[in-house]
Amino acid sequence: MNQMAALVDPMVPAPFRIERVKKELSDTFTLDLVPAERKRSISFLPGQFNMLYVFGVGEIPISISGDPGVGDKIVHTTRAVGNVTNAMWKMGVGQTIGVRGPFGTAWPVEEAEGSDVVIVTGGIGLAPLRPAIYQILANRQAYGNVCIMYGARTPEDILFRKELEKWRGQFDMQVDVTVDHATGRWGGKVGVVTKLIGRGGFDPHHTVAFVCGPEVMMRYAVDTLVERGVSEKDIHVSLERNMKCGIGFCGHCQLGGDFVCKDGPVFPFDAVADRFVIQEL
Amino acid sequence: MTANKSTNQAFVIDADKGLQKLIAVLAAEGYQVVGPRLEDGAIVYAELASSADLPVGVKDKQDGGNYRIVKGREGVYFDYVVGPHSWKRYLFPPEQKICEFRRQGKAFRIVEETPDVPAYAFIGARPCELQAMQIHDRVFDNGEFADPAYLARRDAAFVVAVNCTQAGGTCFCASMNTGPKASGGFDLALTEIAEKSRHVFVVEVGSQRGQEIVAKLKGAAATDGDVSKADALVKKAAAKMGREMVDDVGPLLKRNLESNRWYEISKRCLSCANCTLVCPTCFCNTVEDVTDLTGANAVRNRRWDSCFTMDFSYIHGGSIRREGASRYRQWMTHKLSSWFDQFEQSGCVGCGRCITWCPVGIDITQEARAIRDSEGRA
Ligand SMILES: Cc1cc2nc3c(=O)[nH]c(=O)nc-3n(C[C@H](O)[C@H](O)[C@H](O)COP(=O)(O)OP(=O)(O)OC[C@H]3O[C@@H](n4cnc5c(N)ncnc54)[C@H](O)[C@@H]3O)c2cc1C
Ligand code: SF4
Ligand code: SF4
Ligand code: FES
Repeated sequence: MNQMAALVDPMVPAPFRIERVKKELSDTFTLDLVPAERKRSISFLPGQFNMLYVFGVGEIPISISGDPGVGDKIVHTTRAVGNVTNAMWKMGVGQTIGVRGPFGTAWPVEEAEGSDVVIVTGGIGLAPLRPAIYQILANRQAYGNVCIMYGARTPEDILFRKELEKWRGQFDMQVDVTVDHATGRWGGKVGVVTKLIGRGGFDPHHTVAFVCGPEVMMRYAVDTLVERGVSEKDIHVSLERNMKCGIGFCGHCQLGGDFVCKDGPVFPFDAVADRFVIQEL
Repeated sequence: MTANKSTNQAFVIDADKGLQKLIAVLAAEGYQVVGPRLEDGAIVYAELASSADLPVGVKDKQDGGNYRIVKGREGVYFDYVVGPHSWKRYLFPPEQKICEFRRQGKAFRIVEETPDVPAYAFIGARPCELQAMQIHDRVFDNGEFADPAYLARRDAAFVVAVNCTQAGGTCFCASMNTGPKASGGFDLALTEIAEKSRHVFVVEVGSQRGQEIVAKLKGAAATDGDVSKADALVKKAAAKMGREMVDDVGPLLKRNLESNRWYEISKRCLSCANCTLVCPTCFCNTVEDVTDLTGANAVRNRRWDSCFTMDFSYIHGGSIRREGASRYRQWMTHKLSSWFDQFEQSGCVGCGRCITWCPVGIDITQEARAIRDSEGRA
């Protein structure tokens, strides 16, 4: 009994210090976090998330957006939409954030070796995919064609724009960007991101696809990928549900028989396909 | 809670003196004794100072949306079944502090909470409730993560089960294979034999700890006659059970996620969350982070939550389950169907609480039957 009481409570966060704040977009920012107390190395898999706690305000799930090859800090990119995220937006270097994690399943980056990789994402959905992109690029020769298809609301909402431009210029991957509404001097594509899938240079029968964005967008993206011949089991989606614990205790994230926090957030599409079509499950 | 199997050896203790002694011995061993008490017209679980605190000679009448205490057989201790409380309020309290945070300039420090781990002795845990505890053991130790406070409380608790010799009006444990006789998960299990000439408990031992306590009671060895009489009483209760769950309800509900029945139920369901609060297996909770008035200290609490609230499934942009129908579907399919996917067992133990304490008397067994009967009729 005492031995068990001595176990660490997975609901208690560890303090991390904000080392750097980067404003990405008008409502989106990236925080670099380092352990505030003891030094510890940080390891995670692309697609995993942490529960981030803002003093007295609350705790929310945020994906890790940094490079899995860098082991001394964790990087999160967040869009300010409500209570906790707005409070986080106001935070600065030196302040403490509580961190629990990393939790959840990962993009199957290693399993995809030998195949073409197609990444379809919109808005903030690029953040949880960036670690996967870093990992693929670190081992680029292990993959076939790599295509990134990204949709943003307007040209001003293109996340990680500099990096997208750099990747596009590297000659070893296809980077396509589209916007819902053209503004200013935008000369690029306009329209939904799923339109890019039809043109993508990949072999549908040897492709692994990673899809992350609003649920409707993912639905269309999956449909289009399947139409092109990609098998449902090779399409991976990252789902979003209310999460209060991240570890299977609170019940909030249930999707039928799965806890999205623990059995997801990344699922092979064929594992959730039946539940994807049911409203309000 | 320790070993799962009961040893073959059974004892007999006098109903009045034996029970009194049992409670006194457990208290002397340092246990905080908790058991049934009659409070505000219902049997609840509360601290017991002695066996005098137990409700005696009362019965409960239960039906959909209905609970009443009436006179029972004189002098009988366990003539009623389960009330609105379950042991989860002791093992998994409605509100628990997880930790505190203290502001220090720009930063803050985390102050871990030493969990409150009283050693409880539960008197009168029913077979369905033992199963509910085993269900929570899986929830709070899921192979990847464990809740240390829960495990510590559970490990410390001494469980005195009472087999059911009466079937409650809303019980259906027999069809769920969870009762009315306890098959494990107790330290001691009692069966009450109340005859004119003789009023005793047959005591089964389920663990080493149970063995040690029973030795102090100085009971007589039970005769084969006692044991078979106790068994017969429990069998009679099983036969009298008024409700029953349909067969293969898990796959049934999974096939019917888009049944019209959900909408029909939702016309009656008030989304009041009573069913989830009284259910001994519902474990959902939420985390609340609050600051004190000075703003220098923050506290993290965990408290019971329910899938019937709108906030439960809220994500930016709106709740996932906006309709009452989808919230009721979550509750019922979780208990009876998706729980199998998550934990390889049913999340319902057939205790009937959700039926009794539903203000409009919605009956989970009847709804399952209605869904079965609607199959094939498009
Ligand atoms: C696995 C996972 C990874 C995520 N990764 C990112 C990321 O990398 N970047 C990012 O900007 N956002 C991400 N989100 C969404 C982010 O968690 C929500 O935007 C955030 O919870 C909103 O909290 P809030 O207090 O600011 O909003 P409010 O609207 O005030 O929210 C109130 C509460 O509702 C819940 N909630 C609200 N919206 C969501 C939501 N979309 N998802 C889950 N719970 C919600 C939270 O419990 C929150 O505390 C992720 C969500 C999940 C489930
Ligand atoms: S669902 Fe109803 S009958 Fe089943 S365990 Fe919960 S309260 Fe008891
Ligand atoms: S029925 Fe609802 S409250 Fe109960 S465990 Fe399931 S999701 Fe949680
Ligand atoms: S977030 Fe609590 S169970 Fe998944």
